[in-house]
Amino acid sequence: MTFEPKIVGILCNWCSYTGADLAGTSRIKYAPNVRVVRVMCSGRVDPTFILKAFADGADGVLVAGCHPGDCHYIEGNYKTIRRMALLKRLLADYGIEPERFRLEWVSAGEGDRWAQVVNKITEDVRKLGPTKIKPAAKKKSSAA
Amino acid sequence: MKTIKVTIDGIETEAEDRTPILNIAQKLGIKIPTLCHHPLLEPYGVCRICTVEVRSGRRIRMVTACNYPATNGIEVLTNSGRVRRDRRLILEWMMARCGHVKVIEDLAAEYGITEPRFGRGDDDCILCGLCVRVCQDVVGANVLGFFNRGATREVSTAYGETSDKCIACGSCAYVCPTGAIKIENDEALVRAALPLGPLTPIHVPFLQAVPHQPVIDRESCIYFKTGGCKVCEKVCEVKAVDHAQQSQVEDIEVGAVILSTGFKQFDAEKIPEYGYGKFPNVLSGVEFEKMNSASGPTGGQIQMANGQPPKSVGIIHCVGSRDERNNKYCSRVCCMYALKFAHLIKEKTGADVYNFYIDMRCFGKGYEEFYHRLLEEEVRFIRGRAAAITDFPFNETEVGKLIVRVEDTLIGQVRRIPVDMVILATGLEPAADATDIAHTFNISCGNGFFTERHPKLAPVSTATDGIFIAGTCQGPKDIPDTVAQAGAAASAVQSLISRGEIEVESATSIVDAEKCSGCRICNTLCSLTAISFDEEKKVTVINDVLCKGCGTCAAACPSSAILARHFTDEQLFSEIEGVLYDVRA
Repeated sequence: MTFEPKIVGILCNWCSYTGADLAGTSRIKYAPNVRVVRVMCSGRVDPTFILKAFADGADGVLVAGCHPGDCHYIEGNYKTIRRMALLKRLLADYGIEPERFRLEWVSAGEGDRWAQVVNKITEDVRKLGPTKIKPAAKKKSSAA
Repeated sequence: MKTIKVTIDGIETEAEDRTPILNIAQKLGIKIPTLCHHPLLEPYGVCRICTVEVRSGRRIRMVTACNYPATNGIEVLTNSGRVRRDRRLILEWMMARCGHVKVIEDLAAEYGITEPRFGRGDDDCILCGLCVRVCQDVVGANVLGFFNRGATREVSTAYGETSDKCIACGSCAYVCPTGAIKIENDEALVRAALPLGPLTPIHVPFLQAVPHQPVIDRESCIYFKTGGCKVCEKVCEVKAVDHAQQSQVEDIEVGAVILSTGFKQFDAEKIPEYGYGKFPNVLSGVEFEKMNSASGPTGGQIQMANGQPPKSVGIIHCVGSRDERNNKYCSRVCCMYALKFAHLIKEKTGADVYNFYIDMRCFGKGYEEFYHRLLEEEVRFIRGRAAAITDFPFNETEVGKLIVRVEDTLIGQVRRIPVDMVILATGLEPAADATDIAHTFNISCGNGFFTERHPKLAPVSTATDGIFIAGTCQGPKDIPDTVAQAGAAASAVQSLISRGEIEVESATSIVDAEKCSGCRICNTLCSLTAISFDEEKKVTVINDVLCKGCGTCAAACPSSAILARHFTDEQLFSEIEGVLYDVRA
């Protein structure tokens, strides 16, 4: 059996989540490996969310937002660009290949692009193999 | 102003002192012939044909009515024997110069001249000076003038050369009473004006324009070129013409906006093999529509560049649509408007009509039936995308025609169809500035067309509250669909208004003043200016109404003092744990 990576996708409500929705309503076929968490804006993505996902055993993390200039909140995604660039540098220090993490722009009209982005990250992470981080044991209560 | 009493042809009337006799007579409905007179120009008194008899006491004078100021108590005779005798003489002199001009001959006949005593000249300019005066006083171009003296006096441009000061307004030809000045019918100029240009500087932009008021086209208006003319201002009785009017930018506060910014026609020059712009008889859809319109430049006559009706017409479908090189999408309306064209061409000219189509998409109510009607009208349908249009003939039947090369996929053959005229069923494209508009209103825009909030559940709303979309700015659609969508958008706005209150976002961010260290990192982050700093308490505060809950500030807060409601750190962490439930087993 081929390795099926488990990827956490954090999507902004207005562009990427809607774009993913469009991929669905358009019946576009794409890899089922991305598990989606919705936030209102990619600017809401605290770098700790990504680290948390890796810590919990995700093989990859995809953050997707509106194209620069198209942010519903005007410039939330510009903050994301800066934060994610810094985070990417840190990942290697944590023993995570930076390729496991990706920041992408998918607009609400780009259902096909969402499918491409998902297929691409799934393929790339599949090549990298399973994450080396051992997931933290499940706690009784889900305190962070 | 003093009022005087004047008698004209026995009719006693009152007028302002020193009013020219001609004006008084015209008011009374008495006809005095004129040649060099024009109501918009100063009286000139050069043609003398308006000569009348003026009696004042015992004194009798022959004067020109156009510029003779009436005084109190005069008696004017406009058609006495003496007047008729003088006018006959004047006409005979004129005919000695211009013996074959219709307006003079007509007048001569009226005054009983069969053969003028001084012979008939061959000139056709009576030197009335209307053209010279209109060029100077009205247009302000100063191109025409009188040259030489006596018998050789003539109207000309400086040194008889074509003047670059001439703006080709045609005013001189318009006022010329004898037709001595003609405008050369420049086919290329007429052609250039045909597609969408206005017919006159003052026009109603299109028949259904709202408000239905004429506008002045600054590009072609003489006033904006030379500073002269303003004829419209002089003739407008209600004084509605104002050349000083400037476009203004007004700020209007509104609670909702409906965007219906429309589309742009596909530029057929992007497909060079169809020869649009190269062959004058290859028209775009909008150009043909304009030609076909009863209010268009040809008055609804379907004609080729040479003015003749076409005997055969080809209509090429999907120009710029369903095309890997241009737009992949279907423009939806072209099939039906192409069918409409075919029907009208058949009806108006009886020409053979060939439709070159990929697929016929006749989806609406009554549309398929219309397609069948056309099949019965013997409009020809050839399935295949036209490869090229050429004017290079292979045999005699193709000489002087446009030849459409096409693979007829139903019979599996490449064919050459010679036609007189080709109409390109050009597709619909997003307006050129659609992305700018999308940015202005903060809505999203997939391939140039605005994205609706939900294709089925919220088709006229957008991701931004209060911004609605209708019509082709959302995607190609025909008029019924556009009207339906516009109605829906208007109702959506109306429902916001009639409710009288709006719901604000509940998922806003709030600051825990206990935790806030007052570092002010978040202060610069908010693009909606919802975050401010309370100088007194030294903590940050968030304005609940302005905040739309994006959470950018919450993600940046180093002391976790900002809580993004419904998207708190705890909630998102649990969600991440949740989506990874099978890994953490």
